[in-house]
Amino acid sequence: MFVLDTIAHRLKRGCETMAYPSGPAPALPDRHGGALKVDAAQCADGCDACMPVCPTQAITRPAGKSVALDLGRCIFCAACVEVCPQKAITQTGDHRMAARRREDLVLGESGHEQIRLAEALDKKLRQLFGRSLRLRQVSAGGCGACEADTNVLGTIGWDLGRFGIQFVASPRHADGLLITGCISRNMELALKKTWDAVPEPKIVIAVGACAIAGGPFIGNPEIRNGAASVVPIDLYIPGCPPHPLTTLDGLLRLLDRVEEKPHKSRGGA
Amino acid sequence: MSASTPFALLANATSILWAEVPTWPAAEFICATAAELKRGARLCAWFGLPDGSGTCLVAVLAFDADNTLAVGRSEPFSGSYPALTLLHPQAHLFEREVWEQHGLTPEGHPWLKPVRRTSGNAPANGEFFRVHGSEVHEVAVGPVHAGIIEPGHFRFQCAGEEVLFLEIALGYQHRGVEEALAGGPHRATMSQMETAAGDTTIAHATAYATVMEALAGTEAPLHAQWLRAMALELERLANHAGDIGALANDVAFLPTSSACGRIRGEFLNLTALICGNRFGRGLVRPGGCGQDLEPGRGAQLIERLETALAEAEQAVAWFWEAASVRARFENVGTVFPAQAASIGLVGPAARACGLVRDVRYDHPAAWHRFAQAPVAVWPSGDVFARARVRSLEMQRSGEYLREQVAAPAEGDLRSELAPPAPNTFAVALVEGWRGEVCHAAVSDDAGRFRRYKIIDPSFHNWSGLALALRGAAISDFPICNKSFNLSYCGFDL
Repeated sequence: MFVLDTIAHRLKRGCETMAYPSGPAPALPDRHGGALKVDAAQCADGCDACMPVCPTQAITRPAGKSVALDLGRCIFCAACVEVCPQKAITQTGDHRMAARRREDLVLGESGHEQIRLAEALDKKLRQLFGRSLRLRQVSAGGCGACEADTNVLGTIGWDLGRFGIQFVASPRHADGLLITGCISRNMELALKKTWDAVPEPKIVIAVGACAIAGGPFIGNPEIRNGAASVVPIDLYIPGCPPHPLTTLDGLLRLLDRVEEKPHKSRGGA
Repeated sequence: MSASTPFALLANATSILWAEVPTWPAAEFICATAAELKRGARLCAWFGLPDGSGTCLVAVLAFDADNTLAVGRSEPFSGSYPALTLLHPQAHLFEREVWEQHGLTPEGHPWLKPVRRTSGNAPANGEFFRVHGSEVHEVAVGPVHAGIIEPGHFRFQCAGEEVLFLEIALGYQHRGVEEALAGGPHRATMSQMETAAGDTTIAHATAYATVMEALAGTEAPLHAQWLRAMALELERLANHAGDIGALANDVAFLPTSSACGRIRGEFLNLTALICGNRFGRGLVRPGGCGQDLEPGRGAQLIERLETALAEAEQAVAWFWEAASVRARFENVGTVFPAQAASIGLVGPAARACGLVRDVRYDHPAAWHRFAQAPVAVWPSGDVFARARVRSLEMQRSGEYLREQVAAPAEGDLRSELAPPAPNTFAVALVEGWRGEVCHAAVSDDAGRFRRYKIIDPSFHNWSGLALALRGAAISDFPICNKSFNLSYCGFDL
């Protein structure tokens, strides 16, 4: 009976994998906010209300320049959005945030109000990895949240396997690393050895504010403020942690498997 | 029983003046602490506090049956003191930690080595325990593991398949969480507390906010206490569902594994429904909560919760009905009740050994003074019991949420906090999904943190995993490990 019950129940449930990316993307929670947009041209003269409220010092104003928000450092607490009197910093509700270059995450200047989204790998790497990408995950000072929401991509709802992307047990079997965590000094050697063990050509993906820049722990002497200090990074996925949809979008973008759409904006801005 | 203790009594989530914490010379303080532990007190926290040229030892004890905590300290000293561990093994990691952080040597400590100190670009692990013999072999695992999981090192001494001894060496995740708190709170402190152990965001954030409120001589508005209590149960549901799925996966029982992977996400999405973040970042703030659960949102939460709970019930039922699952879990990785009490296990791991230990029940603070879930206990101490306690707790958390969403406390979501009182000691315990989260703070003349101590339940429980493996087959390590599912970063801080 038990076996029959289990099979019947399984049949009743049918396929539980989401339609995305051929269908619509699942909605982000309404209070998520998505990527930020910064229009420094809107800033009032001498106003720096956003800078002291940012827990990770992601907002700076270099002398003689306009306000710059580094989405790589951002933990998306939205404190800056709340205090900005000019509405120069706004939430877009857009889940897409992955970038190829570190500087593409810095927002503010004219023409750079939003993230410059990641371009695909070059043709040669796309041919190699486009239909089969094996990644070794390394957590180095991660809090467990980026790891958990990376794991989620393997569940039946997201089914990362359908894109040919798989997490493997050994770096020897991998095409690259997916790194989470602020890179504790105590993991530096292990991370370097794991990277060395991945055969060429290889890629590195930094997931979360910690892996990009140190996250909430930026500046602590016990950490290395992100993975770029140890290995070269090919894709940055911001968030604390990034929503699984953001991470999936980043991975598909890298493999040139998403249709490009223009940036979303909330409130007509 | 606690009425006759020479320690200062205080309730969970309260504070007392530092000057009112009783003080003894070091050796007498050890004797006094040992005497209380012998009478059944539990060691919640044991830490050093630099004072002049020496260091004070501070002990926070819990008298669970009396629903009270107690605190005492030594006079500042340097050098060595007689190890408490010899009488009470639950002190062994605490004493190693104090030795590493402050240089106070516990004389006679049986295994004095670093806990998380850095040596170049890796932890200073020291020598590992070795078993000698021609048939004995050693297995080393980690720090980088096979799955998507945090790093740690396991060193097994085996005779064939049998594990004679497992030593667990951590520290790889050390980010300097406590060090960064000195002189705080700082701008980044709240986010650092939310990520001390990222899958336990609500429990750690609540403990921190409660300490700040106790230092300010107040508590959060009832409406915020209500919301925090519900978020804590959602966190428990998500993690317990994930753990049951992971256990099912490790015994190749895929129906439950697949279903629970997705159901876990549903519970995380319910937390995101309240605050936008699946792990509850931004929800708990000193003085209250950052976002509210308005009636319409509450109705939506209940509707989605009912679906997720019904699916979880079904997935867990498949699991318990399968004889092949039960056979893999029963009598595997057993920790006996006396061992559990001796090493000071907390949370589901302790309750799975028949110990009735639950902060929500033993030391109710905030909303748990008004509404409690029954404590879930199972006696057998094996993998089966740890899975069983989780499934019982899922039912009870679900029932609790149903009752609470229907009966919200009226009032403000957040209140302005007074500045922290100077020279004051405050402590907060919260029953996170892994067990007791303990935060303790001592403020200085200006009300800043002179010392802030965090004890994640994993700090107590990693020794439980090591004991569970003794005499077990090494091939049972994965299910034993999953049945505890402890935090690396919560331990390493």
